[in-house]
Amino acid sequence: MNKDREEFALRRLTKRHRKEKRFHFYGLCAIFFVLFCVIGLFAIIIYRGSGAFVVTTVTFDIHFDRHVLNINAPVATSEALHNANYLALIKQTLSRHFPQVTSRREKKQLYQLISHQAEFTLRHLLIAQPELLGTSQSVSLLASDRLHQFASGNSIYWSAQQKEWMTQLQQENRLQQQFNWRFFTAGDSRFPEAAGILSALTGSLIALAITFLLSFPIGIGAAIYLEEFAPRRRWVQWIEVNINNLAAVPSIIFGLLGLAVLINLFGLPRSAPVVGGMVLSMLTLPTIIIASRSALSAVPLSIREAAIAMGVSKMQMVMHHVVPIAIPGMLTGSIIGMAGALGESAPLLLIGMVAFVADPPMSIYEPATALPVQVYLWADSPERGFVERTWGAIIVLLIFLISMNAISTFLRQRLERNK
Amino acid sequence: MSIACFLTYRQAHNLKIRHITDGKCDSLPVYHTAYIAFWCVIPAGITLILWEIGHSFFLEKGLLAAVSDNWQEWSAVDRQLTLTIIRNIAAGVLENNDPTYTAALNYLHDFEWYSRLWRFGFVFCCVFAGLSWGWCHIRAELKAQQFIERIMQFFLLLCAVCAVFITVAIIFSLLFEALRFFNRVPLSDFLFGINWSPQGTIEISDNEELTGSFGVIPLFVGTLLISTIAIGFAAPLGLMSAIYLSEYASKKIRSIIKPVIEILAGIPTIVYGVFAALTVAPLIGDLGRYFDLPTASENALATGLVMGVMIIPFISSLADDVISSVPDRLREGSLAVGATRSETIIQVVLPAALPGIISGLLLAISRAIGETMIVVMAAGLIANLTINPLQAVTTMTVQIVTLLVGDQEFDSAKTLAAFALGLFLFTITLCLNIIALYVVKTYRERYE
Repeated sequence: MNKDREEFALRRLTKRHRKEKRFHFYGLCAIFFVLFCVIGLFAIIIYRGSGAFVVTTVTFDIHFDRHVLNINAPVATSEALHNANYLALIKQTLSRHFPQVTSRREKKQLYQLISHQAEFTLRHLLIAQPELLGTSQSVSLLASDRLHQFASGNSIYWSAQQKEWMTQLQQENRLQQQFNWRFFTAGDSRFPEAAGILSALTGSLIALAITFLLSFPIGIGAAIYLEEFAPRRRWVQWIEVNINNLAAVPSIIFGLLGLAVLINLFGLPRSAPVVGGMVLSMLTLPTIIIASRSALSAVPLSIREAAIAMGVSKMQMVMHHVVPIAIPGMLTGSIIGMAGALGESAPLLLIGMVAFVADPPMSIYEPATALPVQVYLWADSPERGFVERTWGAIIVLLIFLISMNAISTFLRQRLERNK
Repeated sequence: MSIACFLTYRQAHNLKIRHITDGKCDSLPVYHTAYIAFWCVIPAGITLILWEIGHSFFLEKGLLAAVSDNWQEWSAVDRQLTLTIIRNIAAGVLENNDPTYTAALNYLHDFEWYSRLWRFGFVFCCVFAGLSWGWCHIRAELKAQQFIERIMQFFLLLCAVCAVFITVAIIFSLLFEALRFFNRVPLSDFLFGINWSPQGTIEISDNEELTGSFGVIPLFVGTLLISTIAIGFAAPLGLMSAIYLSEYASKKIRSIIKPVIEILAGIPTIVYGVFAALTVAPLIGDLGRYFDLPTASENALATGLVMGVMIIPFISSLADDVISSVPDRLREGSLAVGATRSETIIQVVLPAALPGIISGLLLAISRAIGETMIVVMAAGLIANLTINPLQAVTTMTVQIVTLLVGDQEFDSAKTLAAFALGLFLFTITLCLNIIALYVVKTYRERYE
């Protein structure tokens, strides 16, 4: 009887222990799954985005023929150089290199090997060195996306002939792969090999600067008032509840607000970074207020008491003693808020910052787009080159976000060491 | 103006240095200078703003009067059109071919010139008046510090009110536009209609009532379907990882893994969107074909799963906070009577932390419902009323974006419908947030 009981208890105990182990295992599984997600996400982003940082160029000996370029005057003016027919020059070079190509259809396919950007490369070259006119020169031209994919080992081509030409170019050692500087120095383009992120990045930075200028002072002011001066009354509590709620309002609602109030009511231009910046500042304001309040409340009471004991007024105590100590904490919160604003794209779609922008915006009223919106635009394109650039732009975006977070972590650590 | 201010700064400063040596001065010199600067800048600034508002008002009136005598009978659109033409001619964009505009152009030129002259004079007077007013009041016994501090406090209050103003602006702009929408489409039709196809509606006149194509039910079901998948995926994972981190993991492991999980929270939603559209959706499409299931390329499952990954860190960090704040005495009591750790967690810690966890889940749901970029990129555009996760569904946020992106006139029923959807979305998320915050608050009060 006693033995039975003991056995029963033991069996129950092993069962309970097994259950305990199972529970522990589930926890580990969850952790590992989440870690797997993080690692998988980054691995895929890097794997698929690395293609965006490489371009292929094709080197040809180009004879700058006056006749082909349609420059008739003996001394070429810069205007003539500007308007010369560089496309014909490229076509002629290609035809000479592949004399076997005769039919119209095949020629059309042949010309598609070279990027449309190559014309501008030649124009720049000739305007910079007009003495080249009439001579031959070895020039590297930007390859089209298809040729680039071929050179990178992805076999995409339209026809067997095209594959043949590509192989020929490769065997003649005319294809070089190099780092894609254009990706950082060019705006958007209709051709994937020529597209870059500069205009989107500029738009993002302008909008972000406006966001910071608006939301940092207002956010800090609001935090100081609520934390230090606000009487504990009902309406103040209402403001607090309000701010907490505002922090959880979906970002797209702010886009609707920007569209209805800033654009329709106040008549600000669509697609402009000024509107984007204002919308993003409304979005980050609650984050900054909440972070700044916790930074202020972390300032030790002894400092306040010492200041008051020296006979300063409350405003002097706050402005001269509390705020300087809390500033690093406030900055930390603001940088995290700004990082959120940099990655935000939904409200920008609504206020029209989703446009094809080839040249970087020069003022806050010019049409612009933002880096995450550029990702959105490219992700919709079917060309493989644009898909690569989508992931490439994501890498740049993440590098920005990670460095912002690193700055805020650094600030926080310095703050903690000072204490 | 700034030069004038700078000069006063210096002057007042010198003046006060003399006074403070008397030992009778109430405030520090810097407050006296701030006092004068206030009187210089604020009235002049207000004048300037009022002037700019009045300027465009009178200018438009004058321009229209110069073009035609009976402009008051024109419609608002015609007035705007005329004004735009005149401005474009003045800016050199358009050529002036119509003699009727010549008078208006002259008027514009003169008006701008006089306005600039008078504005300068007026503002200068204001600065001068403020300066002399402040100057006359500066005495040793002036309570400049109190005055300035009160003004500063007022500006700080304004900053705090700004946040409230944003909420008010959201509510009013959504309500206003949504009411215009409900003038055209009956409310019951919107709330209970099961067909959503705004792109197919043809508007013949502005005031006609539109029925049958603005039913929000399919969108609501689609949103719920995707959010349910996301929460169903993220809640167990987030909770289990929070439990593991706060109850089982050593301090060192916790300090490494917690930031890694929080990296997921810092990734922009557009990245998840690209991930869902370009990586996960094709994968699930292939799997569906492998098992011979009819799978749409923009299926709800892929969207929901990726959204779940986005929400995991949100749930896990909230749950972690709540579980860590459960007092240790409860755990110790449970362990002392012989319960295993998992029994302690399931039977003691989780029930104590339940309100916090529930509010965390509510916040996560409100996040999932309001999430835009993932669904815009990976969910469908056509409103199917289905709960099959392998089919394409659309959500409210997707529809807001598709209705408003692109060149459309602002007054059509389609754009107004976006605002009605926005109001609906705002109401839902607001309710969820308020309930969640309320639960958290009552819970905190219980333990502190």
